[in-house]
Amino acid sequence: MNKKFTIRDLNIRYDHQVALSDCNMDVFANEILGVIGPSNSGKTSFLRTLNRMIDLNNQAVVEGEVLMDGKDVFIDLSVEDLRKRVGMVFASPICLPMSIYENIVYGPRRHGRRKKDELDSLVEESLKASFLWDEVKNRLHTSALRLSGGQQQRLCIARSLANDPEVILFDEPCSGLDPISTAKVEEALVELKQKYTIIFVTNNVKQAARISDRVAFFLMSQLIELDQTQTIFTSPNDKRTEDYVSGRFG
Amino acid sequence: MLKLHQPLLVDKAVKVLFWALTFFTLIILFFILGFLLKKGLPVVSWEFLTQPIRDMGKSGGIFPSIIGTIYLTLLGVVLATPLGVGTAIYLVEYTRESRMTRAIRFGADCLAGIPSIIFGMFGFVFFVITLKMGWSLISGALTIAFMVLPTIIRTAEEALKSVPQGYREVSFSLGSGKWQTVLHAVLPRALPGILTGVVLSIGRCVGETAAVIFTAGSALGLPLSIFDSTRTLSVHFYILAREGISMENAYGTAVVLVLSILLINIFAYTLMNRYISKNS
Repeated sequence: MNKKFTIRDLNIRYDHQVALSDCNMDVFANEILGVIGPSNSGKTSFLRTLNRMIDLNNQAVVEGEVLMDGKDVFIDLSVEDLRKRVGMVFASPICLPMSIYENIVYGPRRHGRRKKDELDSLVEESLKASFLWDEVKNRLHTSALRLSGGQQQRLCIARSLANDPEVILFDEPCSGLDPISTAKVEEALVELKQKYTIIFVTNNVKQAARISDRVAFFLMSQLIELDQTQTIFTSPNDKRTEDYVSGRFG
Repeated sequence: MLKLHQPLLVDKAVKVLFWALTFFTLIILFFILGFLLKKGLPVVSWEFLTQPIRDMGKSGGIFPSIIGTIYLTLLGVVLATPLGVGTAIYLVEYTRESRMTRAIRFGADCLAGIPSIIFGMFGFVFFVITLKMGWSLISGALTIAFMVLPTIIRTAEEALKSVPQGYREVSFSLGSGKWQTVLHAVLPRALPGILTGVVLSIGRCVGETAAVIFTAGSALGLPLSIFDSTRTLSVHFYILAREGISMENAYGTAVVLVLSILLINIFAYTLMNRYISKNS
């Protein structure tokens, strides 16, 4: 399988507080990688390193190598280009205070796409791919803030897709959603795997079991185990993984 | 005797007290307005608004003063807004909180505390004399621009800070650069707040007397270029009243001044509310 990300000796700290130490892993193209672990285990820091959103935190210090298609994301790629290729969906749906349409074309516009018919079809494609089209096709020009939480989160997914990324990072995308909305977002995720590489962080172990191909378990700033979902949930190598996924702690 | 352990009674008393205070505030406002309108409204007519000033203000209208006030205010605000908003953007978006940003902010606050007559004196010495601009619209506009700068900076800063951090994150995560993020994700949302500061500044410019009389002068004619001296409404009012030229016309001028500030505020807030409801 194609390697999308190669991560070697990754260390992340905030001032002197270690967030992640000596992390090594590969992420394959077109897989869904679930990242699980309790709070403060370094999951989000790890995720935000992949598209360098961690740069926004002035205290963060990142050491080690993160290669995307063999290129170092900190050296070989411009940060704008990297973030266009590696989209991100946040824990709470953050729609910009503009129309549904404007939210989706926000990214493409910034990257110089201006033609109206091009943008129109982009909006339709993205909304269809995130299973939102039927619900909003008649009100594309109304405020995005009037949508329900679940719809807003799918709009955020559509917004990432409109940028034509290769990878999409999800930071606990369903943490604020009800079970029905969660099911819709999960459905979208599984469908997206055909075209994109998906890495998602979740506090919900069962969700990781439902939709991921492989699962990485983080604990106390360390990657404990990374394996096929089946293996992680039935016969993990590490006792701590077993304890966590079986609900003995966490 | 009021017993403090009777919460319902206390609540009622407190409510009445605050209602009375609010009522008192409104009474003061209406008293001043009513007094002005009663004295000045009879003087205000179409002729009063459109005729040139005659006999030093004893007769004729106030047309040149209205035009002078509009020019001076527009020029002052147009000069101050980019400077102030730019400073605010730099402070909020481009620097971290540091000793320097605190120094800049402290400087702006000090600037806000300086009495306007000191600004007038500074403007007179610097723009009128040293830079040889003379008593003119431009000297006056530069002076009031400096004067309202702190208001614009601080309100714009608060407006920018009130934009949720998430909007910036979303914009960055979609691959936008810093300036694109500020321009497209932050500024539209901060605009109503920024405009509030600008409107407040317009009000101050329109009403300013001390700083203007030293720098824009008190010429009676219609200003034809930014190097002409002019007499704003408030300066005209001051001279009419102070020199005892015509109290009637002074009241008339005051009514025009107060009503125009009121109208500007109403217009601006309607505009802002429309903008806010359209975008949320």
